[in-house]
Amino acid sequence: MTDATLSTTGAAAPLLAADGTPLKEKLARTTRRMKMRALLLTLPLVLFLILSFVLPIGQMLYRSFNNPTGSNVMPNFAQAIKNWDANQGIPSDDLVEIFVKDMASAKKNREVGKTIGNLATRVNYEIPGSRSLFTKTARRAGKITEGPYFEALVKIDKRWDNPNVWRTLQRVTNDFTLSFYLAATDRKYDSSGAIIMADELYQIYLPILWKTIWLSALITFLCFIIAYPVSYLLSTLPLATSNLLMILVLLPFWTSLLVRTSAWIAMLQKSGIINNVLVYLDIIADESRIQMIYNITGTVVAMVHILLPFLILPLYSVMKTIPPSFMRAARSMGASNTYAFTRVYFPQTIPGIAAGTLLVFILAIGYYITPALVGGSDGLLISNLIADHIKKTLNWSLGAALGTILLVVVLLFYWIYNKLVGVDNLKFG
Amino acid sequence: MSLAEEQSVDHGAEAFVRFDKVQKSYDGEILVVKDLNLDIPEGEFLTMLGPSGSGKTTSLLMLAGFEPATHGEIYLGGQSINNVPPNKRGIGMVFQNYALFPHMTVAENLAFPLLVRKMNKADIEAKVQRALEMVELPQMGGRRPAQLSGGQQQRVAVARALVFDPKLILMDEPLGALDKQLREQMQYEIKHIHENLGVTVVYVTHDQAEALTMSDRIAVFEDGIIQQLSTPDDLYERPQNSFVAQFIGENNKLHGKVSKIAKGVASVDLDGGGTVTAAAVNVSAVGERTTLSLRPERVEIEPAKGQTENAITGEILELIYLGDHIRTRMNVAGNTEFIVKVPNSAGNKPLAEGAKVNVGWQSMDCRALDALG
Amino acid sequence: MTITKLLASTAVGAAIAFGSVAAQAADLTVVSWGGAYTKSQVEAYHKPFIAKTGTNIRSEDYNGGIAEIKAQVEAGNVTWDIVDVELSDAIRACDEGLLETIDHSTLPAGADGTPATSDFLEGTLYDCAVANIVWSTIFAYDKSKMADGPKTMGDFFNLQKFPGKRGLRKGAKVNLEFALIADGVAASDVYDVLSTPAGVDRAFAKLDTIKSEVVWWEAGAQPPQMLADGEVAITTAYNGRIFNAVAGEGKPFEIVWDGQIWDLDLWVIPKGAQNKATAFEFLNFSTATEQLAAQASYISYGPARKSSGPLVGKYHNKDIDMGPQMPTNPANLTNAVQSNFEFWADNADQLNERFNAWLAK
Repeated sequence: MTDATLSTTGAAAPLLAADGTPLKEKLARTTRRMKMRALLLTLPLVLFLILSFVLPIGQMLYRSFNNPTGSNVMPNFAQAIKNWDANQGIPSDDLVEIFVKDMASAKKNREVGKTIGNLATRVNYEIPGSRSLFTKTARRAGKITEGPYFEALVKIDKRWDNPNVWRTLQRVTNDFTLSFYLAATDRKYDSSGAIIMADELYQIYLPILWKTIWLSALITFLCFIIAYPVSYLLSTLPLATSNLLMILVLLPFWTSLLVRTSAWIAMLQKSGIINNVLVYLDIIADESRIQMIYNITGTVVAMVHILLPFLILPLYSVMKTIPPSFMRAARSMGASNTYAFTRVYFPQTIPGIAAGTLLVFILAIGYYITPALVGGSDGLLISNLIADHIKKTLNWSLGAALGTILLVVVLLFYWIYNKLVGVDNLKFG
Repeated sequence: MSLAEEQSVDHGAEAFVRFDKVQKSYDGEILVVKDLNLDIPEGEFLTMLGPSGSGKTTSLLMLAGFEPATHGEIYLGGQSINNVPPNKRGIGMVFQNYALFPHMTVAENLAFPLLVRKMNKADIEAKVQRALEMVELPQMGGRRPAQLSGGQQQRVAVARALVFDPKLILMDEPLGALDKQLREQMQYEIKHIHENLGVTVVYVTHDQAEALTMSDRIAVFEDGIIQQLSTPDDLYERPQNSFVAQFIGENNKLHGKVSKIAKGVASVDLDGGGTVTAAAVNVSAVGERTTLSLRPERVEIEPAKGQTENAITGEILELIYLGDHIRTRMNVAGNTEFIVKVPNSAGNKPLAEGAKVNVGWQSMDCRALDALG
Repeated sequence: MTITKLLASTAVGAAIAFGSVAAQAADLTVVSWGGAYTKSQVEAYHKPFIAKTGTNIRSEDYNGGIAEIKAQVEAGNVTWDIVDVELSDAIRACDEGLLETIDHSTLPAGADGTPATSDFLEGTLYDCAVANIVWSTIFAYDKSKMADGPKTMGDFFNLQKFPGKRGLRKGAKVNLEFALIADGVAASDVYDVLSTPAGVDRAFAKLDTIKSEVVWWEAGAQPPQMLADGEVAITTAYNGRIFNAVAGEGKPFEIVWDGQIWDLDLWVIPKGAQNKATAFEFLNFSTATEQLAAQASYISYGPARKSSGPLVGKYHNKDIDMGPQMPTNPANLTNAVQSNFEFWADNADQLNERFNAWLAK
């Protein structure tokens, strides 16, 4: 009878546990502790990821379009010029007065990030060669006590008469800016405020980015050509032999990157082992030794070597799971070796290929030390430029913009990959 | 002269598959297959039965073409196939793990051998559908192998081996991964498919019940040699040596020495005391040591006088109730593992552990075999 | 790796870790460029300073630039007390408020009593920086391989007359000046010409003529090594590095002073340095007449004080007169350029971009 009542009301009323509480609630309560404990175990990782990954990348993204230098150095002027119409050419003398006073007080300011030097550096990114205009003017700004202020500025330096300086100042005192993305894509503002391509002689970032991408693709392809047969061999040999070979594959993995790169220098340089052997065997003449390093060849050779294990390992682990009976089955059904390989074996290794090549490509696109050491003048890749801006020129915003673009490129490739093979199909090991 | 050679003489030149003095070694030191001679007529279901490492799978792989024979010739339909690659042999094969291609659907798997043969699309579709119907999976063509149960995968594997109409099918422990009930069901299904299609099947297994159920003939492998090649009943009733007797079915062993041989009947003095008579199968001279082989179901408990040709006293050690029969472990002539299957029939007297009872059997049910084993 | 090796490396690691902890407790951290240059400072400045004051000095090496100073100052954890920097970096760091200002009147007077402000060479004292030496970028060749070697900057760019690879520093600075001098621009006009777009084009056009033969270097230690290996026939280099290869290792290198571009190294004190007072004390001590002169006997960089000039003698352990080895030696200054920090502060970013674009083509 109870069954009958339950079935009539069961559709609406929730199921109850023996003590009368709803079953769902009861279940949630009993599993809560377990869930909490699981969450607690992942907490260190979550915190670590947030601190070491999410925050820095978020900061990088933010820095690439936010640069508060202008408003920090000249808070009043930044406020005043906000609504000024740049097409007027030269601002009113009231506005210039605020500018001069801000400049005079900024000159006295020695606080990091709020000095006139910071502003000069920032404007110099937009108008190359204008740095001295600011440092020079700032030294004398304190002496300008009465108007007309604009004439006084022009007396110090004629360049103040150029409307583009003021247009740029309006742009620079706005915290949010696209300037660094423009610079990172070889573009700039012209004197009328329109976005144009930089002079061809000064275009560097896009060509280097394309070069980085195709070089990474080439390296990935070469890695694949080499890694596939090696992985196949490793997966089919008896365990003892394959372990030995695996150690040979992994050995470079356990060696310092610098040591490996230096080893390639010793191998490939003009007075290196390969050239010496070729000369000794009279294959080439002593004076026509081959240039194999400090160019693209050197970069490709060294990077393929360094990245090879990243492709061999996922391939090997996938191939290891393909029993020989698949190939035998295909053969027994009449397939030739080639047909069986292309239709049966190869498709099953695609998850490993996908994972490995994606890994190698992403690593290659961000590689930095090896191209710097063995690439010579050809070895300049996008990550070297980023490092340059972070370490040498201290233009962190431009470095951040370049880094963001690189990140987007990598995500784009990941997305394409996802479309082609599906992320669920990636097998790293 | 081994029995295998006798068989090859019997079938002569019309054998469909022939192993002729085939030897196989992987390392150049140990022969995994020693002097294999075997003829299989067309349409036969032949099982290679043996423990692991006995050479049965190696023999199968040589027939399929995945392992070259170290010595000897293998013939298929009268032609030597030693130098024919596996894909040109036209042999269907079912593997232990099914080897269904995981990246293809069931239908694509079945179509694979037909595509290789460049059949046109409509024919392929028809043949695939017919094969699916044959294994009673007509709706499953669009699924991936991983979405099928073990039994279904097994059927697809069989269908795939048959779909291109090979004359010979090889099966390498195809039912090993299934549970007992499913295995028994599949045994019948495979047997029926064989009967309906009339193909020749060479089947490898280590499970003697499977071999007995399905085969026309069974070749028992051990140590790289065929120990006996017979029909299932012959194999069970008339094992030629103690290995076969022991490997096929349950078997009581009694050790002793031959004291007399006459008209195919040997008198044997048991080590544990007493003298019995047995069919002289593998003994030739008086004084030879021998192992007597006696099936548990051929032993009578407390036989009436004169009902059996042999009678000996034993002690009941253990009784195990198994429903249709009572499994009785006894100490007979020093063998404490002597098993008697007592039918659970109304007329039988109740037995008690520790009781001393007579056991008896007919001489022809007890076989005097080689002493080894 | 054997257990003993493992233990040994662990011990070394621990020692380094403890060492750096100990360094935290050092009385003064002096940061410079490493190698022969730091060695000359240790001999001429550190040792006598330690002897005089008992201060515990920790010497650290870096590769130039103001990135680290900036990072430390912005983080408020300044562990570097006094740093040896290039002029353009000193100016920029000072402009950005990263450095302590230095009152020039507190600097010690010269040995002859001249006040510091007039004893230091013109253009060597700045709001936040005091120069210690004058160094120079020159070019050099191996005279054992080239008997009748190049004499002028024009020869450096003349591949017909002097075939072989050229070593150049990877970057726009110095190379553009060299190119213009080689193209016939007078040393005094170099920066005027370079300030015009046509002048920049002219400099790059001149560089184009040798681009295919150039091997680029980045660290100061590379050029003498490349010369020794025969990797290049002629290379630009810092004069002190070549001198030390000649005097210290007996290499047969020859320096060509024509078209040299000289620059300053200066002491700066990062803002908020932990041992600021000691840093100022060290600054005053090391820029005194005798110390600057003493440094010149270890490396061929010229002292920034006029009063140190007469005291410069011989190389510390060889009979080599240091006077002629100095960038400031009148004979070496006949066709010389002083690196213009203001020009480079204004144009470095843009010209380096063009340089990189040019390089990548």
